[in-house]
Amino acid sequence: MRIISARKIRDTVSDLCLEANLFLRKDVLTALRVAYSKERNKRAQEILQAIIKNALIAKREKLAICQDTGLPCVFVEIGENVQISGGLKRAINQGVELGYEKGSFRDSIIKDPLSRGNPGYQPAIIHIDIVKGNKIKLTVLPRGFGCENKAQLRMFKPTASITQVKEFIVQAVRDAGPDACPPYVVGVGIGGTADYACFLAKKALLHGTRYSAHRTKLERDLLREINQLNIGPMGLGGETTALAVNIETQPTHIAGLPVCVNISCHALRSASEII
Amino acid sequence: MLNTKLKVGDKIFFSGTIYTARDQAHKRLAEALKKGQRLPIDLKGAIIYYCGPTKTPKGKIIGSCGPTTSSRMDEFTPILLKAGLAGMIGKGARSQEVIRAIKKYKAVYFLTYAGCGALLAKYVKKAKPVAYKDLGPEAIYQLEVRDFPLIVGIDARGNSVYKGASTKIK
Repeated sequence: MRIISARKIRDTVSDLCLEANLFLRKDVLTALRVAYSKERNKRAQEILQAIIKNALIAKREKLAICQDTGLPCVFVEIGENVQISGGLKRAINQGVELGYEKGSFRDSIIKDPLSRGNPGYQPAIIHIDIVKGNKIKLTVLPRGFGCENKAQLRMFKPTASITQVKEFIVQAVRDAGPDACPPYVVGVGIGGTADYACFLAKKALLHGTRYSAHRTKLERDLLREINQLNIGPMGLGGETTALAVNIETQPTHIAGLPVCVNISCHALRSASEII
Repeated sequence: MLNTKLKVGDKIFFSGTIYTARDQAHKRLAEALKKGQRLPIDLKGAIIYYCGPTKTPKGKIIGSCGPTTSSRMDEFTPILLKAGLAGMIGKGARSQEVIRAIKKYKAVYFLTYAGCGALLAKYVKKAKPVAYKDLGPEAIYQLEVRDFPLIVGIDARGNSVYKGASTKIK
């Protein structure tokens, strides 16, 4: 049994909050550069250029990539042979508080969803999974709400066709339209239960955006269709409406077919570390 | 002032004063107007920027400060325009009601680079909170900007930049 201290977890989460909010993910930056080189719409090119420049300024000046430093979602994969000395959730929330304070990030979280109140930095949304081994993997995904607000869930009949599922996913992007900072990365969760499909859609955003042989046909077809919507960067038209479509699936019940779409803005931020 | 000459799709660089205000500040401004109370800022000829900046890092004028989704402000916008608001800066589409009010009061809705808060911070030369400070990032800040990049999203004639793309967008 390996012992990992809560303090180590706190400090790692703090570093990851800074990394995620200040340094745009390499795969996202590459996808933006590729899109810029392929885009033929002048205004779209100009906006993509501004987005790339923004990432470089954020890195150089230690300014948050986006003022919406989000609701931090923390994914924890704990090895079966790990023992944590101290409280895990407390350590994560302390880490978030520390990192966000260090970065002068925005306090965007209010304690009560109905009565609202004054904003602070936490609590984070924490997803815990138990895996093999003696390590812990921590991932911080700050979720801006311009795009989180565009998430959609539909419980399809089990007899629904793939075409219907595809139409729903494309429509969710059309609904987001110019509002959620396109070009998007589209996370899709298919299967499981209602809540689990939503979790998978979120988790799918952690996948790389790069085109590869591992991309499924469904992902490639959807990306092509979405990029024909002519929404484009900032919704002002162009061929770059999405940088990638990432799908996660899970076995489900004979009576159902849950599908959730969780859209990310172009500032798709996350950072991971294994301890 | 600037309004009637500007056409949808025009790109301009604005220098002058703008005020940040987002959801909660809008709710308060609209409530105050309905009750006939004095507003903490003069809306006549003013430009509101839908923005809630990060905290200001040490040694900086302002933190990251990009636009937030404008449509969340739609229900409060007509009453602010009636009170003299001349311009708005944000991202994304507006409701038909807002477009009609923009036309009626000869205002302008601008877009600026969405998701580019670090870049936009470069154009802010002064920043101070002037109202609703209890709201934290949702307080109203007075910003002095120089060459702030704007694209006309809806002009004073009620033309919207999203018409082409947005007939499909709904």
